[in-house]
Amino acid sequence: MLDAEFFRRWMAATATSVDREAERLTALDSPIGDADHGSNLQRGFKAVTAALEKDSPDTPGAVLTLAGRVLISTVGGASGPLYGTLLRSTGKALGDAAEVGEEQFAEALRAGVDKVMALGGAAPGDKTMIDALVPALDALGDGFGAARAAAEQGAEATIPLQARKGRASYLGERSIGHQDPGATSSALLIAGLEEASGE
Amino acid sequence: MSDDKLVGIVLVSHSAEVAASVAELAKGLAGGATAVPVAAAGGTEGGGIGTSAELIAAAAAAVDRGAGVAVLTDLGSAVLTVKALLAEGDELPDGTRLVDAPFVEGAVAAVVTAATGADLGAVESAAAEAYTYRKV
Repeated sequence: MLDAEFFRRWMAATATSVDREAERLTALDSPIGDADHGSNLQRGFKAVTAALEKDSPDTPGAVLTLAGRVLISTVGGASGPLYGTLLRSTGKALGDAAEVGEEQFAEALRAGVDKVMALGGAAPGDKTMIDALVPALDALGDGFGAARAAAEQGAEATIPLQARKGRASYLGERSIGHQDPGATSSALLIAGLEEASGE
Repeated sequence: MSDDKLVGIVLVSHSAEVAASVAELAKGLAGGATAVPVAAAGGTEGGGIGTSAELIAAAAAAVDRGAGVAVLTDLGSAVLTVKALLAEGDELPDGTRLVDAPFVEGAVAAVVTAATGADLGAVESAAAEAYTYRKV
């Protein structure tokens, strides 16, 4: 079972990896975006860490709902509302249970990803965070390690894709050959699950 | 017509200068529309290029007179942030609506229409209709 502590560790692990990879994320965002993805997410997850320490929400749903709210209000780029919606919708789907099973969490995360697709209008293959998240969801039944590997493969598989959403889509064919920064940060988020579980 | 019945207009841009200038332009072109509450929410809180949920929420609260608030945005994170705030349910005043309209032309149409005392639906339609105006 996954308790609130697990979800705090997930957010903390993500904050650490985003911090570590911020320069790389921003570098990926330079040729096809506006070169702020790393610093934006770094600011957002730093604020999430601070908010979780201050408010200490005590259910899995409350941890993710708070994290989502904070991301929406602090990131300053499109990744704020997108990741914010992902965590907030996942948190809402978990309700107020003190502990949730891995299967229940997988269902909630799928509901969150669906909300992100509805908000941004992206589908798999559009060279977005969805291209890491959907493979991760599909692999989640085999554990967090499998989800991490699937998300990383999904992010790498965005390299030959042409962007169809966001600023990168204005570049048309010139977006081909670059790994999508959003898919890359999504893979970090998913990798945080494995770290949080200590698998 | 009392001022407290007017629809409020919020202009959200990645740039503080763009949002403020479009607000000024719309009020200027609307002539006597000085009574229309218009607020700009441009850029990040730190003055950079981007979108601030805080500035959007503050702008919407500032122009809310109880007749609804029409929010116009430029693109990308401005659109997504407003949609995410609306989904939150309690971040923006009741009767706040994201209006699907071109930013500059829609802002002018919205302010002119709001100045007549029109309701939120009419302001929204006028702003959206600005898409149909072809230049060539």
